[in-house]
Amino acid sequence: MPFFVQLAHHFLPETILAVGVMVLILIGAWRGERGFGLVDEMAVGILALALVAIALSSTPDTSVFDGAYIDDGFSRFMKALTLIGAIASILMSVDWLQRSGLEKFEYPVLIILSTLGMLLLISADNLIALYLGLELMSLALYVMAAFARDDGQSSEAGLKYFVLGALSSGMMLYGASLLYGFAGTVSFAGIAAVVSTSAPIGVIFGLVFVLAALAFKMSAAPFHMWTPDVYQGAPTPVTAFFASAAKMAAVAITARIVVTAFPGVKDQWRQIVVFISIASMLLGSFAAIGQENIKRLMAYSSIGHMGFALIGLAAGDEAGVRGVAIYLTIYLIMTLGTFAAILAMRVQGRYVENVSDLAGLSRTNGWMAFFLAMLMFSLAGIPPLAGFFAKYYVLLAAVDAGLFGLAVIGVLASAVAAYYYLRVVKVMYFDEPAPAFDRAPMAVRAVLAVSTLALLGFWVYPTPVMDAAAAAAKSLF
Amino acid sequence: MIYAIVFLPLVGFLIAGALGPWIGARASELVTTGLLMVCAVLSWIVFFDVALGHDHGYAPIVGNWMTVGALKIDWALRVDTLTAVMLVVVNTVSSLVHLYSIGYMHEDPDRPRFFAYLSLFTFAMLMLVTADNLVQMFFGWEGVGLASYLLIGFWYQKPSANAAAIKAFVVNRVGDFGFALGIFLVFQLTKSLGFEEVFAAVPGLAGKTIHVFGMDVDALTMAALLLFVGAMGKSAQFFLHTWLPDAMEGPTPVSALIHAATMVTAGVFMVARLSPIFEYAPTALEFVTIIGAVTAFFAATVGLVQNDIKRVIAYSTCSQLGYMFVAEGVGAYSLGIFHLFTHAFFKALLFLGAGSVIHAMHHEQDMRNMGGLRKDIPFTFAMMTIGTLALTGFPFTAGYFSKDGIIEAAFAAGEHRTTAMIGFVATVVAAGLTSYYSWRLVFMTFFGHRPAHSVAVNHSHDEPSTDDHAHGHDDHGHDDHGHHAPHESPLVMLIPLAVLAIGALGAGYVFEPDFAGHAYDEFWKGALFTGEHNEILHEMHAIPAWAGFAPTAMMVLGFLVSLYVYVLKPGTAQALARIFPRLYQFLLNKWYFDELYDFLFVRPAFAIGRLFWKGGDGAIIDGLGPDGVAARVADGARLAVRLQTGYVYHYAFAMLIGVAAVVTYFVAGGLR
Repeated sequence: MPFFVQLAHHFLPETILAVGVMVLILIGAWRGERGFGLVDEMAVGILALALVAIALSSTPDTSVFDGAYIDDGFSRFMKALTLIGAIASILMSVDWLQRSGLEKFEYPVLIILSTLGMLLLISADNLIALYLGLELMSLALYVMAAFARDDGQSSEAGLKYFVLGALSSGMMLYGASLLYGFAGTVSFAGIAAVVSTSAPIGVIFGLVFVLAALAFKMSAAPFHMWTPDVYQGAPTPVTAFFASAAKMAAVAITARIVVTAFPGVKDQWRQIVVFISIASMLLGSFAAIGQENIKRLMAYSSIGHMGFALIGLAAGDEAGVRGVAIYLTIYLIMTLGTFAAILAMRVQGRYVENVSDLAGLSRTNGWMAFFLAMLMFSLAGIPPLAGFFAKYYVLLAAVDAGLFGLAVIGVLASAVAAYYYLRVVKVMYFDEPAPAFDRAPMAVRAVLAVSTLALLGFWVYPTPVMDAAAAAAKSLF
Repeated sequence: MIYAIVFLPLVGFLIAGALGPWIGARASELVTTGLLMVCAVLSWIVFFDVALGHDHGYAPIVGNWMTVGALKIDWALRVDTLTAVMLVVVNTVSSLVHLYSIGYMHEDPDRPRFFAYLSLFTFAMLMLVTADNLVQMFFGWEGVGLASYLLIGFWYQKPSANAAAIKAFVVNRVGDFGFALGIFLVFQLTKSLGFEEVFAAVPGLAGKTIHVFGMDVDALTMAALLLFVGAMGKSAQFFLHTWLPDAMEGPTPVSALIHAATMVTAGVFMVARLSPIFEYAPTALEFVTIIGAVTAFFAATVGLVQNDIKRVIAYSTCSQLGYMFVAEGVGAYSLGIFHLFTHAFFKALLFLGAGSVIHAMHHEQDMRNMGGLRKDIPFTFAMMTIGTLALTGFPFTAGYFSKDGIIEAAFAAGEHRTTAMIGFVATVVAAGLTSYYSWRLVFMTFFGHRPAHSVAVNHSHDEPSTDDHAHGHDDHGHDDHGHHAPHESPLVMLIPLAVLAIGALGAGYVFEPDFAGHAYDEFWKGALFTGEHNEILHEMHAIPAWAGFAPTAMMVLGFLVSLYVYVLKPGTAQALARIFPRLYQFLLNKWYFDELYDFLFVRPAFAIGRLFWKGGDGAIIDGLGPDGVAARVADGARLAVRLQTGYVYHYAFAMLIGVAAVVTYFVAGGLR
């Protein structure tokens, strides 16, 4: 297949982003600080264009660039989620950045670069491409975490994330080199062929290191330690991006690598996934109790949710991956909505981020309280909100796969986690009102309302998501 | 007619209870009192028909209550001589108490409620005495208990009244538990609860044993004893008597009606009604005798030293109930009922007289603050004297016939049974004590001089009443509370006294032949059952003369001692108390029964309750359940948060440990 045909047919979204980001850099360099507004709007346009390209793409699953890259249903589904997350993050961030004096054109550029890395990661079909995508994504994220460079907390978050990210990259490379050493190939399909029945201990070593590095990216326990500090310290829109788009890519590549490269040693990697899943759920449930900072609370919440998503992966079959896809979709919506609400927490021009600042919100801003309450109910997994179905499908897959213990722990952990979600609702509806919030910008309110309505409406018309997730899962096997 | 008698009080209750706030206090009083008057007249007609006439009684079925398998229970109104006697007692006293209450309660704002309760009580009592089966009897039994609870606690603002009401209710639970078990056992034995069927089956059960707690016990004795436990509770017999003195916290008319004349005699009535069972359980009868004897003696001793005018009469009631059980214990059921009948008159008279005294003294109840009242309230004094004569058994008053009859019967039976002889001794001694404390009451209240300070303290209003004296006060004789001269009660309170006084004087002489004399068979017509060897009513006439005179002698002796101590040589009582301080304290504290029960039951019950509350519910259920889980979650949360130190090298360490743990797991697994 000619190179340009490959580019045009199977690499179009990435191409759009790569070309677009270079244009944006030029515009930014030319117009300087004044270029923020234009760059920002163009960035949204570029991302939306990439999303349209994915939506219109209907080619059969194809491996391109000599097996380094794959364009299949699963990658398209995940890329769409990632792009939605990125678009929402940029939309919500504009007002915040302007009010915080951070309206620099590098911000949307970095988001697009990072998103490009994510798309590469999602479609990676060998270890080299995987590492390329991972680093492209991460390097941009490190910078974004420290984007408020005059803020000590933000700088600390960026530095911590970078140091620990470097450690995880080292693990990734070490694991990849072990895999290459034992398998003699970097291609996932090649590795799968070598370790089809039994695996030498070296391959398992390599797998453990690779999975540890990926778990770091998706902030799953016990590789989650950076998450609370970075989520709290980073600028809020950046945190929203971390919690939404970045997770999609990390979970997607994890699912892809274990399913396509290691089907022969399913029993082994399943044990690792189960371990990480349980550790994440328990930690996410327990540690969030007593958190006062809502961004930190959401950090632990995201850890717990990654644990839940991994339940589906632990099942290791098509139903399990479908559960993961559904879970990530709903998690993305919930996270974007919640961070929209957090971005709306502004009292007399000053952003606040404590749970107690939400006190009595039902009386000062009834709609926002209602939306946030629905989001919390959904995060807690209370029917008929979408969060319940997310948990339902992964648990169903786990039970069908015979992982009863994992399912039971998952249910118990979600019961514990319900405490801190419901506490937010309680604070909003039953406590004496705190000072009222300022009027939130249009984009934030739109994201909050749309995501909440999506969660409320999921049980009425879940078919599009269900079908797309099923198709995505099917392409992986 | 019987329908009207039983249900008119219910109508009165519903009218006064539901419509009281709208129709007003006066209308409530008139409606309930008027209906009770009608009931009383009808009751006497029934009494003449059934008891004195030739009507053998009837038991119309009102309707089916429940049918469950073999258990079939009807609402029925059984009317025989025994019921007729009780109807007369209940409705006569109740109507007079209603009337009296119009005067006594005239200052109380809650009169509709009061009269509603009184009528409710009367209805329940009538259901009890007309019951044709054990369950209906239990219904009435619980109904009077409820009304008693409500009326003792009528002044619900008073903590002591609430405590007394609860105490009465709880102590009666003990008795009712026994009663209920007795009913279960009777059903188990006879597969029936209707009186006719049960009584027909009882002779065939004589000697049958049942297996309980590893022992074989006589079935009928067991049943009779359990039923008698119920009677002990309701009739305030020894061990279960503690609630009755405290029940005096209620308004005085209530004490007269419920805690003297009617409800407390329900136990006596029950034993008489169930005489066919008790006759076949001689051991149970001996127990009844002993309990009655001990109660008669015990209550009389405590009555010697009480200073509250109502408590003296309350202990007297307790003691007289003991007499009735002695009579039934020796097989002389008719004498028990006879004493019940006469006692209702003179004890209600004494209580209402005491109420008149209290009314005159502006709610002062302590006799030490009284004295010399015979000049101020001569009519009440006369009535109280008549009541005292009847109670002490002065010849040819009502008490003389019934009480002396009991003592003679006990002596006659004592020739066969030791327990009956104990009963005889106890009742004779108690007769002397009764005379002493009764005259003590009269002397302390009506003779001597009132202490100077009594006027100052007597307005403490032990019984709360509205201080709104602006209205309805004309019959009170004075409008100014600045001077507190005792005053005679209004006519509406004096008429009931007079009526009861007639009964107290004449009821014994008139009805003695019917209840226990030569007209026995024509009167009772088999309503009371006596075994074929039960010849007690004949034997009691064949006793030595000294035994017949003993109670009268004791009565005179008690009177003389009392006269000496309180009139001829005042101050003797205080001297005696100083000489025998321990005995005095022992009696004053009612043999320390309240303290004993507090130690034996109340505090252990509280301890057990606290154990289950703190230990069972708090520590185990809450601790291991909700609270414990929540606390562990909080611990887990603290631990998880502590792991988050903020140091990068800790984070890196955690990551490496995680990898190392997983790798170690696989290496170890690989080696295995």
